[in-house]
Amino acid sequence: MKKLTLEDLKKIKEKTQAELEMRSPEGKDKIVVHMGTCGIAAGARETLLAILDEIEKRGLKNVVVTQAGCIGLCEYEPLISVQKVGGPKVLYKYVTPEKARKIIAQHVVNGQVVSEDVLSTE
Amino acid sequence: MPERAHILLCAGAACISAGEESFKSALERELKEAGIYDEVKIIETGCFGTCDLGPVMAIYPEGTFYVKLKPQDAKEIVNEHLLKGRIVERLLVKEPEQKQALPTINDLPFFKNQVRIALRNVGFIDPLNIEEYIARDGYSALAKVLTQMSPEDVISEVKKSGLRGRGGAGFPTGLKWELGRKASGTEKYVVCNADEGDPGAFMDRSIMEGDPHSVIEGMLIGGYAIGAKKGFVYIRAEYPLAIKRLTSALEQARNYGLLGDNILGTDFSFDIEIRIGAGAFVCGEETALIASIEGKRGMPRPRPPFPVNSGLWGKPTVINNVETWANIPPIIINGADWFASYGTEKSKGTKVFALAGKINMTGLIEVPMGITLREVVYNIGGGIPNGKKFKAVQIGGPAGGCIPAEYLDTPIDYESITALGAIMGSGGLIVMDEDNCMVDVAKFFLSFTQDESCGKCVPCRVGTKRMLEILDKITKGEGTEEDLVELEQLAYTVRNTSLCGLGKGAPNPVLTTLKYFRDEYLAHIRDKKCPAKVCTALIHYEVIREECRKCSICFRNCPVGAIYKDEDGTYVIDQSKCTKCGICFQVCPFKAIKKE
Amino acid sequence: MAVELKFSEYAQKEVEKILDRFANSKGSLIMILHAVQEKFGYLPREALELISERLKVPLSEIYGVVTFYSFFRLEPQGKHVIRLCMGTACYVKGAEDLLRTLEQMGLKEGKVTEDGFFSLDLVRCIGACSMAPALMIDDDVYGKLTPDKLRKLIENFRKEHQ
Repeated sequence: MKKLTLEDLKKIKEKTQAELEMRSPEGKDKIVVHMGTCGIAAGARETLLAILDEIEKRGLKNVVVTQAGCIGLCEYEPLISVQKVGGPKVLYKYVTPEKARKIIAQHVVNGQVVSEDVLSTE
Repeated sequence: MPERAHILLCAGAACISAGEESFKSALERELKEAGIYDEVKIIETGCFGTCDLGPVMAIYPEGTFYVKLKPQDAKEIVNEHLLKGRIVERLLVKEPEQKQALPTINDLPFFKNQVRIALRNVGFIDPLNIEEYIARDGYSALAKVLTQMSPEDVISEVKKSGLRGRGGAGFPTGLKWELGRKASGTEKYVVCNADEGDPGAFMDRSIMEGDPHSVIEGMLIGGYAIGAKKGFVYIRAEYPLAIKRLTSALEQARNYGLLGDNILGTDFSFDIEIRIGAGAFVCGEETALIASIEGKRGMPRPRPPFPVNSGLWGKPTVINNVETWANIPPIIINGADWFASYGTEKSKGTKVFALAGKINMTGLIEVPMGITLREVVYNIGGGIPNGKKFKAVQIGGPAGGCIPAEYLDTPIDYESITALGAIMGSGGLIVMDEDNCMVDVAKFFLSFTQDESCGKCVPCRVGTKRMLEILDKITKGEGTEEDLVELEQLAYTVRNTSLCGLGKGAPNPVLTTLKYFRDEYLAHIRDKKCPAKVCTALIHYEVIREECRKCSICFRNCPVGAIYKDEDGTYVIDQSKCTKCGICFQVCPFKAIKKE
Repeated sequence: MAVELKFSEYAQKEVEKILDRFANSKGSLIMILHAVQEKFGYLPREALELISERLKVPLSEIYGVVTFYSFFRLEPQGKHVIRLCMGTACYVKGAEDLLRTLEQMGLKEGKVTEDGFFSLDLVRCIGACSMAPALMIDDDVYGKLTPDKLRKLIENFRKEHQ
């Protein structure tokens, strides 16, 4: 890819910012799995696999899954955050593969926050 | 025949997991029992969307909506609703009771008092996607520096911010850069010290794993300021994930032209190479780190000359650690005054701390300098688990010290911590409770530094060894009070005469525990007792006869065959064979083994 | 289980490749050693001789570097390397109990198990303090261990990787 100019930098910033803040019209629901060393040690990889598997089984097209580092709350790992288009970002704690499947069914598909597993919302 | 009712039963995943299937079979059974099975049609539907209330169902034609159904509710629904036409009130959806609002992230005490500057992106962006970094102002500090600021401007801004090295010693970063800029020579280097060796510290790992570009951008700005074209990141081999993420971040930055020649169309060129450590703690010391990057044994050398004048291959080299570099871009974007508005007079900004040990919320936090240890341990860290008593917090790694409860209200800044005999270090906070023996902890740290001593200078090589021998004697109950005097003297000698920070700091855990927990040392020496019941030579295990249920679990688990059965079948520990491994104590289901 | 192996042509080529990769990088001895160890699981003498020749660094000096750093091995390791963290946080949370558990399971510090499957190293902090006590098997970290969990982890790992 060609070298960035200042102008390119600004464009990328605006475009990605919109995506990050879920403002873009073609927005997708977003699931972030917190995968630092600590999260992985607590089982985040298994959680991620369960999420991907559940998304595939249900044929969900409008969901993106990404990873991020540790938010510092290692005690509650594995942690994932879920943000539906237009909805708040919800951080879930102790997300085992089973809980991940439930969160997808209940929150991602049906828009109902799984309150008992919530650590915080935005 | 037309059905008398249609029952729509939600068979969404959430309702199924809440017990929809067992409710359904109960319902079918009750319908048959009432003889109306054929008059009612059960339809399993997709999710109603009220998953919190599941299992749920709706009965038509009335459209009555029942929630949180249990198998035992089936009978009542059939008898009351379907047979008698009376609605079962208790199963209706409740008026939206004042639903407990979910906490926002800032309601959590853990986050409430945090100010995240170095950690601004960690956990919030995808570290493998450079564009997410750019979206959160990433590389705009670099753009600002390259287009609007001279190297001198950058240095003066960093100086004004009051930022001090976050790796331990707290040297003013701006001043270091200025010295690097002024140093003669055209070939210069910047280095990121990512050899986070202090046990208990993992903020640098987390930053590299969660926001590698902030380190790269910081180094780019540093390179521009001092006039370097090349940077190295020296990262420990124990951090494979951090190495992977940083490597891919470097590649992306290169692909975007943010590393390499003529960055952002200017005449500034810079690139970064990764060097991997190989398991030597001393390489965190800057002169040893330089030797290691050069491919040599990582041994420190006397300073001066300092690395800013003679570092890598004898060239001027500015070394900062990961957290320090990650602070640079926000300082450039938001200005020195903004940064300096946090913290205390001499310690500006924030510091990342790693909370570990006997604390409820283990993790990483970033707080303004000057916050007290008590706030960190109790408000943010949630206190001590299992109702145990706080004993000490160890700060600063092997060169740090143990701070007791009476100093918990000390503000955390470089000077106050040093005044207590510890050091800020890289920010590891390890909390100890009543079950930790402070003599044992001192011995632990000393055996660490002893093991990691490179052997170049005598005080560190021999002195730490002699100190360790004394501590070993004490933990075995063979120490004398004269030993304590000698230990203290040795400690001061090692501290004052060692070549590098490793040796200079090694006595700190011993000196602070001697100062604040002398009674524990004396208990080992005078009473031959370890108050925390840790030092194996001073404890023993016994079966409490009255509690023993003769289950033989201890007998079967004892690895040395030290447990036997006496005449009445009670188990007994043969003290002459017992190695005090504690397994019987762990496995006894009746708590019939005591440790004394 | 030291097996006498001729330093095959293949192995030699692999070392040459690594040397080529770092040819333009100043002072990269340690990086080269890492790469060779990753390839062979340890640092065979023949490889060190080759490195010495190419870099024009005396073998004695290379040996000095290798023995200075605890990460480098002159003997073959187990197929999977367990690194038990003995850092402070792990220590105060019972790393010693984990060590005893591993010893009961036939692992010894610095040694390879008889079947060559595991070797055990005690290491300083692996930076997983929030998950203490923790250990690494190869590149993966496992945290919040108890003697019981550890026993199961090791047994399962053996089963899964047999």
